[in-house]
Amino acid sequence: MYELSVSQLVDGLRNGEFSSVELTQCFVDRMQKYSDLNAFITELGERAILQANNADKLIKENNHGLLTGVPIANKDIFCMYGVKTSCGSRMLDSFIAPYDATVVEKLDQAGCVTIGRTNMDEFAMGSSNESSYYGPVKNPWNMDCVPGGSSGGSAAAVAARIAPLATGTDTGGSIRQPAALCGVTGLKPTYGRVSRYGLIAYASSLDQGGPFGKSAEDCAYMLQAMAGFDEKDSTSIDQAVPDYTQSLNESVKGKRIGIPEEYFSEGLSANVKSVIENAIKWYEQQGCEIKSISLPNTKLAIPAYYVIAPAECSSNLSRLDGVRYGYRCEDPKDLRDLYDRSRSEAFGDEVKRRIMIGTYVLSAGYYDAYYLKAQQIRRLISEDFKKAFEQVDVILGPTSPEPAFKIGEKTADPVTMYLSDIYTISINLAGLPAMSVPCGFTSDKQGDLPVGMQLIGNYFEEDKLLNFAHQYQLDTDWHKKSPPGFNE
Amino acid sequence: MSISPEEVLKIANLARLQIKQDEVEQYATDLSSIINLVEQMNAVDTKDILPMAHPLDATQRLREDKVTEENQRDKFQAIAPSAEKGLYLVPKVIE
Repeated sequence: MYELSVSQLVDGLRNGEFSSVELTQCFVDRMQKYSDLNAFITELGERAILQANNADKLIKENNHGLLTGVPIANKDIFCMYGVKTSCGSRMLDSFIAPYDATVVEKLDQAGCVTIGRTNMDEFAMGSSNESSYYGPVKNPWNMDCVPGGSSGGSAAAVAARIAPLATGTDTGGSIRQPAALCGVTGLKPTYGRVSRYGLIAYASSLDQGGPFGKSAEDCAYMLQAMAGFDEKDSTSIDQAVPDYTQSLNESVKGKRIGIPEEYFSEGLSANVKSVIENAIKWYEQQGCEIKSISLPNTKLAIPAYYVIAPAECSSNLSRLDGVRYGYRCEDPKDLRDLYDRSRSEAFGDEVKRRIMIGTYVLSAGYYDAYYLKAQQIRRLISEDFKKAFEQVDVILGPTSPEPAFKIGEKTADPVTMYLSDIYTISINLAGLPAMSVPCGFTSDKQGDLPVGMQLIGNYFEEDKLLNFAHQYQLDTDWHKKSPPGFNE
Repeated sequence: MSISPEEVLKIANLARLQIKQDEVEQYATDLSSIINLVEQMNAVDTKDILPMAHPLDATQRLREDKVTEENQRDKFQAIAPSAEKGLYLVPKVIE
């Protein structure tokens, strides 16, 4: 049951082949059985069975929504009414959300059953899941390796077939990089496509929620349920949501694919490179036109990101002061002591570093040199893509320069960790949609580890990306491979 | 550019964070290496480039000036570390 696609699950539920309670129980059992992965912060088994019962009633009454009765996992960053929403931090370990995020509300309306809340880097700051207060998630392909981050729990849960679908958020690669490292499909939509209301903010001008699934088709279903204009999000874009499953079957013949030369230069592992080249060959064989393109400002993306994201996070996280909700230190001697100690005791090192960098670049006298400069670079990066999309339909390259690395390998030096997102960060700065699609394995000292290719599209062309990925998945079976040890 | 231990303490103070004395050195090293990474931006001339705040250059939507939110004070204060009679409690500020 756990290997079925979302469309098979939906059909099976409606045809009465299995009930949502049976289906949910199957995934809840797997969640408990594979708890060693540490993919979940909160398990919601009992609540899920109640939801599933209700879904079964709706299906019987022929009153179902798009995904009624389908189990999902939800990243612990989306506020869920009455449920702990920790954001991977000690700061919010006691926080029971007093309202639903729009994404949660929409997935509820679509009929999804939430089995649990997935582990993540603290406040989504990280590329390995190691900054979580709840400990690192393990990669199901190799338990000594990281699953990527920040949405590592969601990626690992889908990879280990603990949930058919999961939510994620992506500020600099946090959906795509873990999708690549865990061998699943993940999509970061256009900035403004999915509501940020109730999504705990890291860097507001970059954050975007999106789906994880085994395949592009599965992601199309979930994105359908998540996307749309929301009055409560001031940066949400009021544009109609297309039917994402409709365009999946279009031919890619004659379409133009851009290969950015900057994504294949130094830093890219030779193993990953050859896997990506095979994927390019596949598209060429389908009659796509492969064009070499240049995104000359790529190397400036990480520097600009590490101004913009910390600056925004230092402002966003200033609300966490121990007064209204979240962690409060014991016996504060005065108000200042309450602020200082609550924040220092509850935030982890990476969060503190980013708050401090943000505070520094925004402090008096430095604004023009850092923040304004970074926003100008952001414009240059976005212009690179604009020019590229005059010549091509989609851009293809690696998602991550290397496969999953060992837990602890990159924690000593923050800058080494930052380089994991070298191919994903510019997309957030430009606000474009992009996805990671499993396209092969590397085989080296860490064993067989999955590789993801990144497909980047123009604004609001999620449908085109899903189409390109789906056509590839119709003819290849990389997305069907599941990690050994999770097949009982 | 590097960030000195004194600057670390100054930034921490602005950010309402306390850094333990034996960790100041490490923060200075880490923050300096991040700032060095960031300063790669200086290699590019950005004169006359318009800063980009929103990827789609969208502007803030405006709405009619009327009350749309309902009062949820009790719900919100139920999760506060310390609240009483509708007020959030903190240590005494004025003697």
